[in-house]
Amino acid sequence: MPALAGPFEDSVAKFANDEFSDTEAAIGEVAASGNALAPRIIGALQDGRLSADPDSKKVFITQTDGKIVDATTGAAVDKLPDNAAAVRLNNRLRRTVEAALGGLTLLSSDPAKRLAAAQSVFKSHEENLLPTVESALAKESVKPIKQAFAEARAAIILFKSDASDSDKLDAVAVVKARGDQEALALLTGLGDQPPLVAKAAASAVSSIQSNLAMWSMVQNAWYGLSLGSVLLLAAIGLAITFGVMGVINMAHGEMVMIGAYTTFVVQEVIRTRYPALFDYSLLIAVPLAFLVAGLIGVVIERTIIRFLYGRPLETLLATWGLSLVLQQAVRTAFGPTNREVGNPSWMSGAFELGQITITYNRLWILCFTLAVFAILLAMLRYTALGLEMRAVTQNRRMAASMGIATSRVDALTFGLGSGIAGIAGVALSQIDNVSPNLGQSYIIDSFMVVVFGGVGNLWGTLVGAFTLGIANKFLEPVAGAVLGKIAILVLIILFIQKRPRGLFALKGRAVEA
Amino acid sequence: MLTQLTHGIATMTRRRALAATAGLVLGLAASSPFAPAQAADDTIKVGILHSLSGTMAISETTLKDTILFLIDEQNKKGGVLGKKLEPVVVDPASNWPLFAEKARELITKDKVAVVFGCWTSVSRKSVLPVFKELNNILFYPVQYEGEESERNVFYTGAAPNQQAIPAVDYLMKEEKVKRWVLAGTDYVYPRTTNKILEAYLKSKGVAQDDIMINYTPFGHSDWQTIVADIKKFGSAGKKTAVVSTINGDANVPFYKELGNQGIKATDIPVVAFSVGEEELAGIDTKPLLGHLAAWNYFESIKTPANEKFIKEWQAYTKNPKRVTNDPMEAHYIGFNMWVKAVEKVKSTDPDKVIDALPGIEAPNLTGGVSKMLPNHHITKPVFIGEIKGNGQFDVVWKTPGLVAGDAWSKELEGSKDLIGDWVGKKCGNYNTKTNKCGGQGS
Repeated sequence: MPALAGPFEDSVAKFANDEFSDTEAAIGEVAASGNALAPRIIGALQDGRLSADPDSKKVFITQTDGKIVDATTGAAVDKLPDNAAAVRLNNRLRRTVEAALGGLTLLSSDPAKRLAAAQSVFKSHEENLLPTVESALAKESVKPIKQAFAEARAAIILFKSDASDSDKLDAVAVVKARGDQEALALLTGLGDQPPLVAKAAASAVSSIQSNLAMWSMVQNAWYGLSLGSVLLLAAIGLAITFGVMGVINMAHGEMVMIGAYTTFVVQEVIRTRYPALFDYSLLIAVPLAFLVAGLIGVVIERTIIRFLYGRPLETLLATWGLSLVLQQAVRTAFGPTNREVGNPSWMSGAFELGQITITYNRLWILCFTLAVFAILLAMLRYTALGLEMRAVTQNRRMAASMGIATSRVDALTFGLGSGIAGIAGVALSQIDNVSPNLGQSYIIDSFMVVVFGGVGNLWGTLVGAFTLGIANKFLEPVAGAVLGKIAILVLIILFIQKRPRGLFALKGRAVEA
Repeated sequence: MLTQLTHGIATMTRRRALAATAGLVLGLAASSPFAPAQAADDTIKVGILHSLSGTMAISETTLKDTILFLIDEQNKKGGVLGKKLEPVVVDPASNWPLFAEKARELITKDKVAVVFGCWTSVSRKSVLPVFKELNNILFYPVQYEGEESERNVFYTGAAPNQQAIPAVDYLMKEEKVKRWVLAGTDYVYPRTTNKILEAYLKSKGVAQDDIMINYTPFGHSDWQTIVADIKKFGSAGKKTAVVSTINGDANVPFYKELGNQGIKATDIPVVAFSVGEEELAGIDTKPLLGHLAAWNYFESIKTPANEKFIKEWQAYTKNPKRVTNDPMEAHYIGFNMWVKAVEKVKSTDPDKVIDALPGIEAPNLTGGVSKMLPNHHITKPVFIGEIKGNGQFDVVWKTPGLVAGDAWSKELEGSKDLIGDWVGKKCGNYNTKTNKCGGQGS
């Protein structure tokens, strides 16, 4: 190693050794050095912006604005040496970095950084950070961050061997008030404690646990709603082609898949041509997916299905064959591997509501599904096309005598069902694989929902989807995913025995038609 | 009924294809009468049995391309025994019974000297009787559950002791993991692997309460409950990790849910046995930074052999972004071993090649030399890689040397005394306690 000026430089140079143990030592030494550059070095390391040249042992920071500085001096550098590579981290080091950065940014001027620092100290509960946390706590004026500092302080005290019992009891109370899974993890991992503290901790654990158990019911209900919305979205197009028209459409899933691939194509175009529009990609994809899938639906109806009305077995075989053809066509065009459909920023991440985590993508899909349902319902109820559709499906000959072009209405109805399946594909591309097999996994579930809800009734499909979703999610924690699914199928079979026409059976003449 | 139908369609297209080929051959014969006869003599046929349609096409198509690429490279070097290699590609369409039929077709009709193929264990099990009956050779390139050693099959993927056990060891030593979630898709590979891992963890003193086993159906896409369960299981104050044998497609929604619910690798790392460069190509990997995979090969490993392979592969596929993965390397090793064995015995006769293969050495792409063992498994290094932001892996740990593949797991009660030895004992399940061939299995 070349001779270097001082211990700080020596420590920083260790980053260039490309050994995890040296990197770990360097993090500790740099964090403890008190050097003004330390937070920047560790922050850059966390984001993969710290590079090192293994030959000259020089270390560089690439700043967020793209400028490069020498890590030991802070002096600007023109460009990185050719053989400089980003300093590598593994999980253990990432934890070390988080803890070190937590200690360094506790007094940062950026509130978001202070909050993150407080949270990482809560997890790492490093004893030597106690004075810094206490001074930060005293200075803090933002309420949630003050709370986080108090919790971090409590965590440190609980793990401090020489803290007094009364301090520890107060700390248990603070952590208990936090009441989430991390608090639980902290309290259950306490280890040896004075008897009084251990007792308080045990009672806090059981109270958090019972509180969390209650929340887990809420959580299951939310997961059920979310699964139900996915089921509804996948089934709603089928509720039209199968439910309203009576066509057993095995290629329904492929319409969903085509919608997902439309999203992929839209995103590709946006990525290459108009990257600024990426967050709007889904909004652009929705109408396009409707048009593409709808158009393919109309073509299918005109060329295949219209010759097969009233022959369910032949329709089943023809559409099943068609689904294979469509899958293979997509496989040939786009390749057999998954395609990456990105999540726009407003679809990523989650927020906490009480003690449950709600992910944005699921929330948006739920809203989107309900919107699609409402629009479809309004369309069938209030538009001329909707009226014609209902007329044709209820009594074809009478509708024809009234001057409705029934074959045109058939094609449009099938196109509408397919188009809605295409819209479903846009949403499903956000939570599932975009591969040629995408549709297959939804076709059985879709038929299940439509049959369970009652053929020919959109409200039945809605209630059916949410019932199945919620039942599934309450069964899953008890029975496991595989058994849960089997149990649902058995329940549906039993239910259909009792009510062959589903939840909301159509009454009157339409039934006999 | 549906299966019969596909079969019907398949035979029909085959018949048409045959008619078309016949026409073509007739046309050729008219112009040069000796051409077909010469072609039959001058080439050695190599069968490729990978699904090009259906659910498994996502993984298997690449392996078909790999063998075509390797054959192309070998032919550029002059082929084998002075003859060109001729690939025969069939599509078993992710349909397990069709695998057996296509294997039969390759061996009896096309008279191939060797077959490279299969991905799932069930497809391998379905072609086994065919390879035994017609006495041909299958190279199987995918990590699998072990508990098998057959005379006609050469296993170039990892056995559990070459992937699962080292990964668990790494987590225990480096990450100090005390609580384990074994999550898998509900079929034979995850179930057997988890049985082995459970026995192994218990032998290391892990309590039953600290192991959570969870199975999900194929293609499972709603991971909310399971990810929440993992989070809950991980909040018991002990370091927790997930060992995932979740199969291919279901991984993408699983990882997306992990990312969305904010489970970071620094809190609860996930080590996966079925997630490679190909699978990650379908997702944004930034939220997955630091989650792990255990393989015998990573594209990011810097060796001259690997760099050359990647360069030639991308040139061959005319796609500068095409990734490489572990089963591809297994085919690379297996193919080169077969070529060496054929050149050693100067014949493609399956009996001779099968006897010659154990002991054959071929370089792998990570700087070592793999060897075919008497139990028809090979020696491989084991790497642990962490997912990087660009969809590649950063190797954070590797075994000091090559690990020999165990056909029979030492962790399971029923198989710990068994060995496969096709050189000395001529037996795939020799019981070292009773000194008899024919313990458990076939």
